[in-house]
Amino acid sequence: MQVLLKGVHVVDPANGRNGECDVLVEGDRIARVGRDIPVGDARVVELPRGCLVTPGLIDIHVHLREPGQEHKETIATGTASAVAGGFTAVACMPNTTPVNDSASVTEFILKRAAEANLARVYPIGAVSMGSKGGQLTEVGDLVKAGCVAITDDGRPVETALLMRRALEYASMFGIPVVNHCEDPSLKGDGVVHESPTTSMLGLKGIPGAAESIMVERDVSVAELTGGRVHIAHMSARQSLRAVRDGKARGVAVTAEVCPHHFLLTDSALTGGRAYDTNFKMNPPLREEADRAAMIEGLQDGSIDAIVTDHAPHHADEKALEFDHAPFGIVGLETAVSLCLDRLVHAGLISMTRMVELLSPNPARVLGLPGGAITEGRPADLTILAPDAPVTVRASTFKSKGRNTPFEGWTLKGAVAATIVGGRAVYVNEPVLGRASL
Amino acid sequence: MTTVATGLATRDLLGIRDLSAPEIELILQTAFAMKEIGTRPIKKVPTLRGRTIVNLFFENSTRTRMSFELAEKRLSADTLGMTTAGSSVSKGETLLDTARTLEAMSPDMIVIRHGSSGAPHQLARICRASIVNAGDGTNEHPTQALLDAFTMLEHKGRLAGLKVAIVGDLLHSRVFRSNVLLLTKMGAEVRACAPPTLVPPGLRAMGLHVTSSLDEAVSGADVVMMLRLQLERMQGLFLPSMREYFTLFGLTPRVLERAASDVIVMHPGPMNRGVEIDSEVADGPWSVILDQVANGVAVRMAVLYLLAGGEGEGGDK
Repeated sequence: MQVLLKGVHVVDPANGRNGECDVLVEGDRIARVGRDIPVGDARVVELPRGCLVTPGLIDIHVHLREPGQEHKETIATGTASAVAGGFTAVACMPNTTPVNDSASVTEFILKRAAEANLARVYPIGAVSMGSKGGQLTEVGDLVKAGCVAITDDGRPVETALLMRRALEYASMFGIPVVNHCEDPSLKGDGVVHESPTTSMLGLKGIPGAAESIMVERDVSVAELTGGRVHIAHMSARQSLRAVRDGKARGVAVTAEVCPHHFLLTDSALTGGRAYDTNFKMNPPLREEADRAAMIEGLQDGSIDAIVTDHAPHHADEKALEFDHAPFGIVGLETAVSLCLDRLVHAGLISMTRMVELLSPNPARVLGLPGGAITEGRPADLTILAPDAPVTVRASTFKSKGRNTPFEGWTLKGAVAATIVGGRAVYVNEPVLGRASL
Repeated sequence: MTTVATGLATRDLLGIRDLSAPEIELILQTAFAMKEIGTRPIKKVPTLRGRTIVNLFFENSTRTRMSFELAEKRLSADTLGMTTAGSSVSKGETLLDTARTLEAMSPDMIVIRHGSSGAPHQLARICRASIVNAGDGTNEHPTQALLDAFTMLEHKGRLAGLKVAIVGDLLHSRVFRSNVLLLTKMGAEVRACAPPTLVPPGLRAMGLHVTSSLDEAVSGADVVMMLRLQLERMQGLFLPSMREYFTLFGLTPRVLERAASDVIVMHPGPMNRGVEIDSEVADGPWSVILDQVANGVAVRMAVLYLLAGGEGEGGDK
């Protein structure tokens, strides 16, 4: 069956496209992209004015919690959340129970993802058995089963030696090592960014240097080995400097940033929402200079991708004292609206740059298919309504997690529909109106 | 004295952070009246008769708990206490469930001490009862700062312009944070003195004089406040030894010679004699440490009275 998206505005940076054209979808593939494609037998779809068609958005840092933590999220609810947020694919972190350190866990994740049949799921395997920092995992087995990278996310790859061996070994399979950079001794039992603001709240701090020390190390080890390192959820301005320096020297280093780190600071912890655990995440909300640096990194290309670090927790867990509540917030269903409103409409980056950061770049970082609207490739598309108003309401999330710091925010920019393999897996009917996908 | 408020703007006392200077004045002036009650043969007034106050202590505390209890009894409130060491996590019931359980019994006020910063704030968001912070983690201990200010006022007649040196484990001290907030609001000049490992970040940005020289901090000071070196919180690599700490930061009569001639020495207790303070100072003519204990009752009576409505109607939560 053929569907013709007629006269739609396509933003497809990988193919240098930003303008009106037709997109012909045949079955699960893109059949043609261009002007004045003959209708033929195709069903014609016209989108409401102002809608944009982009390559399917890809979030390369999410926690789907299954197996083992199904009270927080399942692969079914997590991928439902992903497609509701405009993401056609996600890469999921291995810190499940058990840890994804063997092919059998990877296969289980992919089986559940196939059953859910919503977003594409790309598992990321562990660097070390149990993510304990000791024995390397059987990376070859993991890759064969479907893993696209390795990481001990949730924890850092603590020793430089393990990082060296992981980078060397992973290079044999052409996959990157993703690192949650944080010096454990400097982090201590910190729960927030170390700053004057949080110090006066009596909360234990984690300095930005706890992150940047390890980023600097990883850049050096990547340089030593020629391996490919990807810096997860970068938050500190010193880390950005290290990544920039590394890139300038030709080191194979890439970096990602989360919306909360370029939109919020530790000042959110004061006032009416003081000690609200929905502002507790790791890395923590840093200070204004860090936030501003992250924006700069998004603008100048030193940051490669925007990710959510979607980290659902049960409400009971988040209802504990600030010290005791777990780190993490959900992000899949707010990221795109936040980016449209606070980056694009705010004039900080172009629409093209935003799409780059959310689709072709993350695909390139992990070597994933997708990220472009290209003839013969799978029809993974996201339809955005950049001017549609959105109010963040956690109670309406498809995710099991309600732990968002953005509750009540009114934003301009919505996801209108999400298409995976030619199939509309999410349709925002109020926004899409009469257009029938 | 500066402007005095006619009532408190909120029904909770979570921290000095939320109080205005006129509100602080009101509490201190009310405390003077309350102190007089303690000098009577019958040390009890019916002000809070029929009101129920729960003392919820998640951390061991003797003096603060007893001080609150005495204040409550002198105001004729019905009180009940619950002391449980450790966090709610280790108990198996969450803090919020404990609070909801107590709420079901309709107390008018809950006095809470908790090891986690912000626990009283979380409670205040779900409870109808007034919440009084009796110390939360390393955040605030507002009634301690109020009783310290009251004691300074008694001895010096003013707060504005006073040179106050606060010495010791500033990093882990809620007493320090509440005192800094209160004293700067009231126009005193605070010198903060500690080894750099125990200085919270950003103090200089707040306009404080920060030094690691005890001599410098004490020089010309009207008040020297020594903080307890919180041995139980001493993890990590903060200090090489108690011995060296006393050599560098212990308050001795020799150091006090640099202070104003009528300097007073304060300590929130319990003291570590020979660690942060020499016994000769603790028991000497400069010491107002036992006045602080006595004043604690009067200040807490004032706080409870004002939160219960005082002369005005009290605020809405």
